[in-house]
Amino acid sequence: MSGFLQNTFNGLVGGAFYALLALGLAVIFGMLRVVNFAHGAFYMLGAFGAYVLLAEAGVPFWAALVIMPLALGLLGMVLERAVIHRLTRLDPLYNFLLTFGLTLILQDLVKSRYGVQSSPYATPTELSGTVDFGLFDFPTYRVFILGFTVLLCVAVWWVLGRTRVGMVVRAATERPELTRAFGIDVGRWVTPVFGFGIALAGLAGVLAAPMRAVNPLMGADLIIVVFAVVVIGGLGSIFGSVAAGFGIGLIQAWGEAYLSDFPIVSQTVVFVVMAAVLLWRPAGLFGREEAPA
Amino acid sequence: MTSAVDTPAEESARPAPPSGLLTVARAPGWVRYALLAAGLVVALWLPNGLYPAVAVDILCWALFAVSVDLLLGFTGLMSFGHAAFWGTSAYVTGLVAIHAGLPFPAAVLAGALAAALLALPIGYLAVKRTGIYFAMVTLAFAQMVYYVANEWRSVTQGENGLQGVPREFFGADLSDDYYFYYAILPIVLLGLLAAWRIVHSPFGRVLVGIRDNPARARALGYPVHRYKLTAFVLSGFLAGLGGGLFAVGHRFVSLDVLHWTTSGKAVIVVVLGGIGTLWGGVLGAALVVRLEDWLSFSGFEAIGLVTGGIFVLVVLLFRRGIWGTGSALALRWRRPRRRE
Repeated sequence: MSGFLQNTFNGLVGGAFYALLALGLAVIFGMLRVVNFAHGAFYMLGAFGAYVLLAEAGVPFWAALVIMPLALGLLGMVLERAVIHRLTRLDPLYNFLLTFGLTLILQDLVKSRYGVQSSPYATPTELSGTVDFGLFDFPTYRVFILGFTVLLCVAVWWVLGRTRVGMVVRAATERPELTRAFGIDVGRWVTPVFGFGIALAGLAGVLAAPMRAVNPLMGADLIIVVFAVVVIGGLGSIFGSVAAGFGIGLIQAWGEAYLSDFPIVSQTVVFVVMAAVLLWRPAGLFGREEAPA
Repeated sequence: MTSAVDTPAEESARPAPPSGLLTVARAPGWVRYALLAAGLVVALWLPNGLYPAVAVDILCWALFAVSVDLLLGFTGLMSFGHAAFWGTSAYVTGLVAIHAGLPFPAAVLAGALAAALLALPIGYLAVKRTGIYFAMVTLAFAQMVYYVANEWRSVTQGENGLQGVPREFFGADLSDDYYFYYAILPIVLLGLLAAWRIVHSPFGRVLVGIRDNPARARALGYPVHRYKLTAFVLSGFLAGLGGGLFAVGHRFVSLDVLHWTTSGKAVIVVVLGGIGTLWGGVLGAALVVRLEDWLSFSGFEAIGLVTGGIFVLVVLLFRRGIWGTGSALALRWRRPRRRE
């Protein structure tokens, strides 16, 4: 029993990363109709940034947790203004290709400076050790990630659902023309929303630094899984992205634990789930068919 | 419950590729024959002017790019997972060549058939989505193939790759890349001819009709999904043909052939050459392969930096690609003369 809870907990922690990345992708897609291939690269930059800050400037984890998302969010906004903005009226596929090119550039920039070896990042001392839940105990750091991510998702959900900013974003997501007709300047929100999505990816990267190997390719394979998560959840749905993120994390962890004789299974289970979802609901579990423009 | 049928909104959100002069060659007959003749001359001369191994790579990549363009340019589907077919064929070709000792065209054919077979289920699921979703679905399934190849070490040798793929052809000595180039040239030309025939057949016209307006094609009674799936399988076969030749050409298959960057590179090669032009893909393949060879030869480490930069510039500034821009310029140059 406690073994099962252990696996479930680890699945939720793994799912938290998928959820954070999928959430950022969903927000960006909603506002800009851009599927940001470079999302994984920004995740990697978040982790690498935290590593470099600590190793070369002695900046602790907590500061990195604030600095990196802000810095990357700014970088995202600059990129949006400089290049992505030019493609918004075109086929979304061009944005996909553009961000693919950006991914190659960002990866190689880091690779040429720091090599492909993994770099260790120490868990902050306040979060080392374990939390005792009676029957079982969990690493404090993982408990922190899970709590932090859930809080963040709830906060984003609240902002989108309950505030004026969220109202504009949701309206612009569903009917951009109509929203404009009401005299709301949709364009003003595009850049900050893109920056915010990138900041989420950077945040996920900083969170990942102490528990995952920090290397230039760490975002590359993750982003493909996140795309599968997004197809499963339905890209139009913010809730769907988050729910599918946690769900896939769980399924992967269970697969790893109970089908450990078949390592192929735990890595490919997400794609099998995606195939099943496509058969049953091509628009994703929580996706709606897009409203007619 | 959502239906398997795509909504009109999703489809209308996907405008036709930008070139505007797709599929129908507007150039007069003699121009096309002259270009074809020039292309053949270049193809025959290529290994004399380039390092022959690079020329072999260009041929293989030309097939790969054309297979992607068949979907992207003529069916309106951007597959971002074509490495699955290219790489699967490379592995199957390698395994068949190593274990059965067949002449290489037979091994390559086996590889291409395996790729087409794999394209069937992936395509069946992927064509349920369009546009950017299609790209993500194909990408995800390709990654699944990558994981399987990585884990199935007893067959694929995992990260070590398949070593020593033979170039057997009834005892002929093809160990020199120069002669191997001429051995595979007819196969590649056959593949390109097949792509050209597909595009210019009634079937190809239906594909273009689906690309331009899926709702209309469906209203006219064409089974849109089945057409897309057929195109997908044919494209998988052609990509597999290229991948198999690539495996024999390198006498080695590494996991790289299945990596998602390979899929992305194929799409960019097509965009660089010109979406929906077939020829453009060949040209793009030649340029990118040549460039990468030149970069690695000059000892430049960060190849991704340069190729990624080129990709960004192409998408930002040069969306019609070389062939598309060239033919647009040629048409503009011709038009005033006609008015005289």
